[in-house]
Amino acid sequence: MKIRLRHLPLACVLLFCSQVVAQEGRSAELDALGEEIRSMRTEYEARIADLEARLDAAESRDAAPSNAEVAYQSPTTVSVASDNSFNPAIGVVFQGQAWAYNHDPHDYSIPGFPLGGEAGPASEGLSLAESEITMSANVDDKFTAMLTVPIHVHDGEVAVELEEAWVETLALPGGLSIRMGRFFADIGYLNDKHFHTWDFADQPLVYQAFLGSQYIDDGLQFRWLAPTDFYLQFSGEVLRGDRYPAGGAAHHGVGSATLGVKTGGDIGFSNSWLLGFSWVRADSDGRKTGHDHDHDHDSLLFTGDTDLYVADFVWKWAPNGNSRQQNFKFQAEYMWRNEKGEYTLPGAAPGPWDNDQRGWYAQAVYQPFPQWRFGARLDHLSSDTPGMMWEGTPLYPGGSDPKRYSLMVDWSNSEFSRLRFQYNHDRASDLTDNQFGLQYIFSIGAHGAHAF
Amino acid sequence: MKKILNTYLLLVLLGLPFTANAELKVLACEPEWSALAEEIGGDLVKATSATNALQDPHYIQARPSLISKVRRADLVVCSGAQLEIGWLPMLLSKANNPAVLPGKPGFLEASSVVRRLDVPDNVDRAQGDMHPEGNPHIQMNPHNIARVAQAMGQRMAEIDPDNADGYIRGTEDFIQRWNEAMAGWEARAQELAGKRVVCHHQSWIYLEAWLKLEEVATLEPVPGIPPTATHLSALLKELGTDGNGAEWIIRAPFQSDKASDWLEERTGIPAVMLPLTVGGTEGANSLFGLFDDVLNRLFEAHAGEKSHTGEKI
Repeated sequence: MKIRLRHLPLACVLLFCSQVVAQEGRSAELDALGEEIRSMRTEYEARIADLEARLDAAESRDAAPSNAEVAYQSPTTVSVASDNSFNPAIGVVFQGQAWAYNHDPHDYSIPGFPLGGEAGPASEGLSLAESEITMSANVDDKFTAMLTVPIHVHDGEVAVELEEAWVETLALPGGLSIRMGRFFADIGYLNDKHFHTWDFADQPLVYQAFLGSQYIDDGLQFRWLAPTDFYLQFSGEVLRGDRYPAGGAAHHGVGSATLGVKTGGDIGFSNSWLLGFSWVRADSDGRKTGHDHDHDHDSLLFTGDTDLYVADFVWKWAPNGNSRQQNFKFQAEYMWRNEKGEYTLPGAAPGPWDNDQRGWYAQAVYQPFPQWRFGARLDHLSSDTPGMMWEGTPLYPGGSDPKRYSLMVDWSNSEFSRLRFQYNHDRASDLTDNQFGLQYIFSIGAHGAHAF
Repeated sequence: MKKILNTYLLLVLLGLPFTANAELKVLACEPEWSALAEEIGGDLVKATSATNALQDPHYIQARPSLISKVRRADLVVCSGAQLEIGWLPMLLSKANNPAVLPGKPGFLEASSVVRRLDVPDNVDRAQGDMHPEGNPHIQMNPHNIARVAQAMGQRMAEIDPDNADGYIRGTEDFIQRWNEAMAGWEARAQELAGKRVVCHHQSWIYLEAWLKLEEVATLEPVPGIPPTATHLSALLKELGTDGNGAEWIIRAPFQSDKASDWLEERTGIPAVMLPLTVGGTEGANSLFGLFDDVLNRLFEAHAGEKSHTGEKI
């Protein structure tokens, strides 16, 4: 260990230097260094050979069964010539729901916050949420890959989506890893969490208003974990920028970027916490929002820059760290957005836009005894008032004060099954809405470990 | 990005001198393996455990603090056989430490070097939280500890060749002391052979195999599902008010005492809390103390004395 850690990087750097400089004129000093490295290598090789010999000797000593109690039988390995032994881990998550509203969810809007992406309430009545198929496996010794394919039913039509399709490095040194492909952007706390791991059936309003429910995009992600005693992770992403909060893949398809830092730790055995800050810069070129963002003629188009700052905090408590019996989780996120550019409304000329908006949510989920959890959530959004020219448009908050209060209770027979009831008192607009939801989540097959 | 890379390089360069004389950092998933690493490696290693003895290693959160521990580990030792499936894969994937990934010398799956019991022919989640690779609670047979000790000593020597001598000597020394202790325990436990036990969860089959105990029932209806009233009533019917010859109701410190106390009250079978690893009870202060205390508690409860079940730690 020490040989490798201490000397190898140094030796590599020196060797590299010696070769480069040698071409421009050898210096005696570098020769001496090279010689030293060579002798170091010979010495270590000899030592390693010696150790291997000793290990072999030790192993053959152990091979003679000294302890006859339980004879160790190596698992019988039968070589089968088939292709399926390398099949990826496959899992399927089934999700369904039933919602009742006072007002038609098609009319749902938040004044001043035209919704993009997947934001907005679920269909009224009985419906399927995402049915999600995941596959993952190591590619080889240096890469691992993951695919997530949700299948939606939207207005009677079945749509297969590509939610995640990424490959990640396994073998980079120094605590670095790179992910490439399509993935959940590493911002905030909830953005990279799968639908089935949420504690409520829907996303907080800040996610709906600022991230189109969840920001998924194509690109590259860099993560570096500092070698510190406490948790400290830096991340950065460059993304295509084709999805809300970006749109139109500006800058020749490099339209969006993120930066983030996360830290966390434990307080005793019972408490642990995670704190993160992240920043999204999305440059949009004709980003579509508004209620009918599927149809061009009704869309609001935004061209300009979005800066979104997110602070997130999570605190978990479980008596002595045993979350099985009893646990408590508090989470809160604050988001602040500035958008500069121009908006184009249907049938109108582009108008200048520069506005600040912000919002937060806080939620607590308590499991007082096994299998049952109870939760409450508070949502809030606020917007500065844009120029009077926007009065009467969906961009104008008009003194509204969007708020939502939610309660939920869920029951899990095992970690693979969950049934949930949720109530929202939604005051996102003047149309105060009482929303009642039932939800089920079941998973079969491989089920990846959950993140903190 | 460039700035991050610069900062990174700076940190790496600054960090180099500090790694020079560090001990071998061992991160164990369970306390028995960190205790074993200390027995073998002594001052050469710095061993920590991701869980403590009062935590259920099936259900641990992939906490940020654990991610940073994996990041800095030279050797990760876990029971394996999917015991840590709910959190270890997340730690490994977030920690960006290629040296301790499964398949590398820096990752030791303890249950891979012993004979696993209860390996199911087929698995179906209707049977509960199944472990397709067999029962992972291997540490409760001291012969398994000896096997893992051999494997661990070899790994340490492989990863830290400078100190290979020390690890090999440490292993030999431990095995010698362990064999002596096992001879003592086995002599003492002879009279327990053939006795019948009821267990909370199937955490004890290696102990049962070692002491030749017979498991007649578990309090969990299927593994991983908490005891239910229906299941307990059925058990009561089966065991009868005289306990049908079962001698103990065994549970681990982190399992609720409600079900075992309920059954004790009605059947008269003494409920006993046994340490499942080092640190589980005051007596189980080392690997040696662990088995001393297990036997002490079994004998105490058997002798009809007031058992330690009510003890709060």
